[in-house]
Amino acid sequence: MRRPAPARPYVRTMHRWWRRDPFFMRYMVREATAVAVAAYAVVLATGMVRLAQGEAAWNGWLNALQTPWSMALHLVLLLAFAVHTKSWFEIMPKTMPFIEVGGHRVAASTITRAGWGAALLASAVLFALAWGSRP
Amino acid sequence: MHEIARSIDIEVLRYRPEQEDTPVWQRYTVPFTADMSVLQGLQHIKDELDGTLSFRWSCRMAICGSCGMMIDGKPGLSCQTFLRDLLPGPVRVEALAHFPIERDLVVSVAPFVEKLESIKPYLIPKTPRTLAEGEYRQTPAQLAQFEQFSSCINCMLCYAACPQYGLDPDFTGPGVLALLHRYNADSRDGGRAERMQVLNAEEGVWGCTAVGYCSEVCPKHVDPANAVNQNKLNSAKDYFLRFLSPRGGKP
Repeated sequence: MRRPAPARPYVRTMHRWWRRDPFFMRYMVREATAVAVAAYAVVLATGMVRLAQGEAAWNGWLNALQTPWSMALHLVLLLAFAVHTKSWFEIMPKTMPFIEVGGHRVAASTITRAGWGAALLASAVLFALAWGSRP
Repeated sequence: MHEIARSIDIEVLRYRPEQEDTPVWQRYTVPFTADMSVLQGLQHIKDELDGTLSFRWSCRMAICGSCGMMIDGKPGLSCQTFLRDLLPGPVRVEALAHFPIERDLVVSVAPFVEKLESIKPYLIPKTPRTLAEGEYRQTPAQLAQFEQFSSCINCMLCYAACPQYGLDPDFTGPGVLALLHRYNADSRDGGRAERMQVLNAEEGVWGCTAVGYCSEVCPKHVDPANAVNQNKLNSAKDYFLRFLSPRGGKP
């Protein structure tokens, strides 16, 4: 009888794994939008620093925000934020223990929609406040 | 609608370690009927065309968890995936991703089984009862806390869907962590403290980045991503509560 060949398991590469499945690509986009969130935090933090430096510095920052480059950046960041919000609340039900209301488990889709609703509401309130307080 | 096919091509990633250093694709043409699963297609190849093809299967009805493989690039049970949904073909079949290939569609399951053993996948009673004392009772609400996680059939599709496991084979992974949660969430169980060591480890829940594909591919709707991610909260509590209570936050 022939002796079986010794085991020689073949390990496949993970090279460019995110290109293997559209699901992975969407995941990578979701993770990448976190960079936009961090970038906008830097923009706002810069504003705080400029505010502390006095009126001239503050006005300088405000003027910088109105340049075409800044407008373009804001448009890109806004788009990234929208994707971030959408995908973040999509994964949120996975991160939570079961929630029961009236003896029934709250569906994942309900949690996601509640998150989107809260985000839209918060955005609308913020927008209304900003619009109402414009000079 | 596709024209009714009489045959369909199946391409299988072959790996015969005594014969080739890297896997190669091999194409077979099998007769097609509308009720044929991918597994039946492979069985036709093995029985009629090429007896050297190796693959695992047992129950043919999505409960044994043996026949998982990559079908057109996605993890699936071959008994539960129908050729009619993959027309016109060719259908590409490959061993489960992220596992070493032993031969053809057969992968090494030893790392998975070792992880499964490490979480003590059985009830460890808080206070052992004698037979005379009767059964361990549980309310429907207590059952609901773990029932879906007990549906796992160890098919490992979630591992093939998890890039973090592919990148770091030491990661405990979705299926085993879901089973860990199944026992920890059981009101009859008292083994939590032992299992938290696995859960809290670098290779435990923190290896997960919430890709979420594991829950998409799970044929039993276990939702391992939920089990893993809600335990990040438990792990954080386990860590921080030790500073507040002399009993380390244990109930």
